[in-house]
Amino acid sequence: MRYLVLFILCMIIWILLTFSLELNNIIVGAVVSVLTSVIFGRYFIKNTSKFFQPKRYFWFIIYLIIFLWECLKANFDVAYRVLHPAMPIRPGIVKVKLNLRSVTARMMLANSITMTPGTLSVDLKDDILYVHWIYVSTTDPEIYGLKVAGRFEKYIKRIFD
Amino acid sequence: MQNTWEGKNSMNEIIFKILLIIGILFNLFGCIGLVRLPDVYNRLQSATKCVTLGTCSILLSLLFHFGFTEIGIKAIVAIPLLFFGATVAAHALVKGSYLFGVKLGDQSVIDEYKDEAEKSSEDKKKMNKK
Repeated sequence: MRYLVLFILCMIIWILLTFSLELNNIIVGAVVSVLTSVIFGRYFIKNTSKFFQPKRYFWFIIYLIIFLWECLKANFDVAYRVLHPAMPIRPGIVKVKLNLRSVTARMMLANSITMTPGTLSVDLKDDILYVHWIYVSTTDPEIYGLKVAGRFEKYIKRIFD
Repeated sequence: MQNTWEGKNSMNEIIFKILLIIGILFNLFGCIGLVRLPDVYNRLQSATKCVTLGTCSILLSLLFHFGFTEIGIKAIVAIPLLFFGATVAAHALVKGSYLFGVKLGDQSVIDEYKDEAEKSSEDKKKMNKK
């Protein structure tokens, strides 16, 4: 089942990238997609029934809007710190505990954290995420856990977990 | 190829130009950060965030210029690939440079990764001996 889902995803991306519906193009795409799904299928998401729940797509769209807003804020934040003559930075690496169970959800959260203001995920050990933070405002673990991961955790839990 | 969007629809041209300028500006900020910030970790922050958004903005502006044609769709497909590529590459670079022994800058306040990094490097040494 997961091989089939991965094959269909590869095929969609191939058709979008080449943007032609000729027969020989589709045959090449199918061969490449079969190879990809045979080699990488075992690393793919285990529970493929998640793909067929419309609720998850709905939350994904809401998450995307919030994420884009945070991403824009992140960019203005970094631009401000870079252009400010005194460079207001207080960097450090902090530990954040995650409440997510599935591997995909953790991966998405780590990627989202990398794109949000001032944070960059360094390493993921079981359910502890190490985050490099450009401006460490507090040294209280509970508060910065909320500040770093709290914004996205509930949405990602609904989408991927 | 007949392009109905180009020239006739000036609104799209304006959005195209604004997005293009924003993208170039953010790429510039990212590069200034790359020069000004003190250590590897802070530099990667500016390199991933600003440069990714700048390039995504340039790609999005292509969609407005060409409409939903071959080039526009390709630009849209490139955005998620670029996003995942940039984040995963930043993660790999940061982890690799920490385990290699690059120190955090002088201004750093807190470092909670130290113990974990020492543990994993000791594990690696044991693996090599075996």
